[in-house]
Amino acid sequence: MPTTITMPQLGETVTEGTVAQWLKKPGDSIEKYEAFVEVSTDKVNAEVPSPVTGTLSQLLVKEGETVATGTPIAVIDEVGTQWAAAPTQRAPAAEAAPPSAPAPSSSPPVAAAPSAARRTQGAPAAPPPAAATNGAAAPGRDGSASLRGASPAVRRLAREHHIDIATLSGSGQNGRVTAADVLAAARMGPAAAVGQAVSAAPGPAAAAGTSTYNAPRFGTTIPLNQARRIIAERMVESKRTAPHAWSMVEVDVTNVWKWRSREKDAFQRDHGYSLTLLPFFIRAVVESIAAFPLMNARFAADGIYVNADVNIGIAIGLPANLIVPVIKNADKLSIRGLAIAAGELIDKARRNKLKVDDLAGGTFTVNNNGANGSIASAPIINAGQAGIVTMEAVVKKPVVTKDDAIAIRSVMNCCLSLDHRVVDGYVASGFLAELKKRLEAMGPDGAI
Amino acid sequence: MAIASPSKVMTNVEAVRSTLYDALKRDDRALILGEDVGNRGNVFLITKGFIEEFGPERIIDTPIAEASIVGIAVGMAMEGLRPIAEIQFADFIYPAFNQIVGEAAKIRYRSNGEYTCPLVIRTPYGGGVRGALSHSVSVEALFYHVPGLKIVAPSTPRDVKGLLNAAIEDPDPVMFLEHKRTYRLIKDEVPEEYFTIPIGKANLTKDGTQLSVVSYGLYAHQALEAARKLEEEGLSVEVIDLRSIRPMDRSTILNSLRKTHKLLIIHEDNKFGGIGAEISAMVAEEALFELDAPIRRLCCPDVPAMGYALPLEEEFMISTDRMAEVMREMVKF
Repeated sequence: MPTTITMPQLGETVTEGTVAQWLKKPGDSIEKYEAFVEVSTDKVNAEVPSPVTGTLSQLLVKEGETVATGTPIAVIDEVGTQWAAAPTQRAPAAEAAPPSAPAPSSSPPVAAAPSAARRTQGAPAAPPPAAATNGAAAPGRDGSASLRGASPAVRRLAREHHIDIATLSGSGQNGRVTAADVLAAARMGPAAAVGQAVSAAPGPAAAAGTSTYNAPRFGTTIPLNQARRIIAERMVESKRTAPHAWSMVEVDVTNVWKWRSREKDAFQRDHGYSLTLLPFFIRAVVESIAAFPLMNARFAADGIYVNADVNIGIAIGLPANLIVPVIKNADKLSIRGLAIAAGELIDKARRNKLKVDDLAGGTFTVNNNGANGSIASAPIINAGQAGIVTMEAVVKKPVVTKDDAIAIRSVMNCCLSLDHRVVDGYVASGFLAELKKRLEAMGPDGAI
Repeated sequence: MAIASPSKVMTNVEAVRSTLYDALKRDDRALILGEDVGNRGNVFLITKGFIEEFGPERIIDTPIAEASIVGIAVGMAMEGLRPIAEIQFADFIYPAFNQIVGEAAKIRYRSNGEYTCPLVIRTPYGGGVRGALSHSVSVEALFYHVPGLKIVAPSTPRDVKGLLNAAIEDPDPVMFLEHKRTYRLIKDEVPEEYFTIPIGKANLTKDGTQLSVVSYGLYAHQALEAARKLEEEGLSVEVIDLRSIRPMDRSTILNSLRKTHKLLIIHEDNKFGGIGAEISAMVAEEALFELDAPIRRLCCPDVPAMGYALPLEEEFMISTDRMAEVMREMVKF
């Protein structure tokens, strides 16, 4: 039977998408989960996997054309269908129904696949699009809304199978996600993962606002999505081309922590973002880079380019992804300015609103790695940069002070990975020492 | 149904009769007492000819005095006999309420285990036979609250035999409820040999994946019929015939719910405080996170009695079509 593919919603606020490129032409056979079209939005390009195995029969939208999400863009003639596999599960009414799109809504096509199968089991054969949209799309807006109306069984099963209810389109009444929908998605395993990854393709997971780690099930294969492929390529490239060296310093952040604590309420009130240690740290990094410009360089065959601008990437870990938006000209910003810039980027990342430009141009990277208690890590350099430095967990420790007293201080490790083609130990240790000195000199008073 | 030993096709009422007959033959301590069980041979002819064969000492015609029927039977049971008391219609059981609830159910407890009360109280119940106000009632909910009572309500001839044998064997009082509409409506094979079906064990009569339906008595048949009809529509409904009302087979219900995540309870007894209420509460306590839809109870109306007029009776009773309709709604929910 023909399956109509609709323009997926590649992000919660996205209302339209452009067919950037058809990766298949009519008559081509398509495997389930195989990318067949590249869609671009104002965020990023993403390849869209097919929800079914079959033959691409019709392209309904030309390359370069922009259409609203949910608009049919292609028809795939499905082969080896579940229809044939489960004849007894089929409602006669469903057979007569028009081959409706799997998800006339926001959900990525793959996530809709289970529901397409499920729908044959006697849900209304052709649910009114409005009802389906209301039920299926609306809950996807955020985590809490997705739970609204979710039955206890759906909540439990979604939790157990690490499935985000918001990524499913419901086959129940008014588009309600049923326990069977969750179980079908769980059985699909990889499909559910793809569905998730597609929504996450621009970077952050579509399920922004929740920090649930979507653990895959044992024994399943997760097809590579674009984001994961890029991460893999970059990591391998960096590890292969840049000989990593590593060093660590311990920094007393007691005073800067006090400073931050004193400022944070006012900052939150004035700017709406929470004030973390990150902008203080970035400030110390850019000041240290000023002292050691080689840390802001990149290696090339014809020489070492020392970048003109200091653009600091901040690594943001998201449930399905790693994303590194960049604060441009970070050396020109005050701590307050850095805090606002970082706050905006983190907020955008979590809400899937980062633009391609936000991700480009980094010259050095800061990784706030300590949130979960890590006290040392050996990060991989963002390819094309000379180094990456981490902020590990701030821990209270008894410390022997300069006058040989023992004091309880807040201490944080900073770990540096460096491209040894660009930087030698002399510069690296000098940079770390500078960073330590500057951080320890910050606060407890002053204006941010 | 695959039955290894020789079997015989019989109706529910024939199964009651033959099981009673076998019990009287097998065990000299067994006896029957009730209104019209002797010379009249019971209003449904269950005991016809028994008095001639077993004599008036074992087939006892009693006055119209239910308190006495059960009260005397309690004494007999305590002293080692195996009385099978009959309440002619469940609608008449109320005078015996004290003997059942206040005495029989508590004998073992109050005698600290020195006495038991191996008593069976048989009674036809349920409507759909133009029985009107005093020949239609369902009484199970009035008694299932009582610790110390076992209540069974078999729906097939085989279950009638297996559970009646189990009830007679049981050392404690068992109420044996026979849906009178099923008496001659339901016919099936019954093994000729002696066997029992454990009290407290439900029967999963149809596998399904999308909805669990729990019922008993007449409606166990109708629910099964409705579920089969839905199967043709591609809807997969599991049906459980409870058979025993107390003790209740919780695990069969819960296991089914774990598969289907939706539960419909159908019974003829009215909804308020009925068997469905207990099942619902049990599920809410033990399996809330299995539920993918609100539990539904499809029951006869909370009115004092069933009307005699056919339209009233039809309105009161739940049709198979109505069951199918609710099942459909629940599957699609």
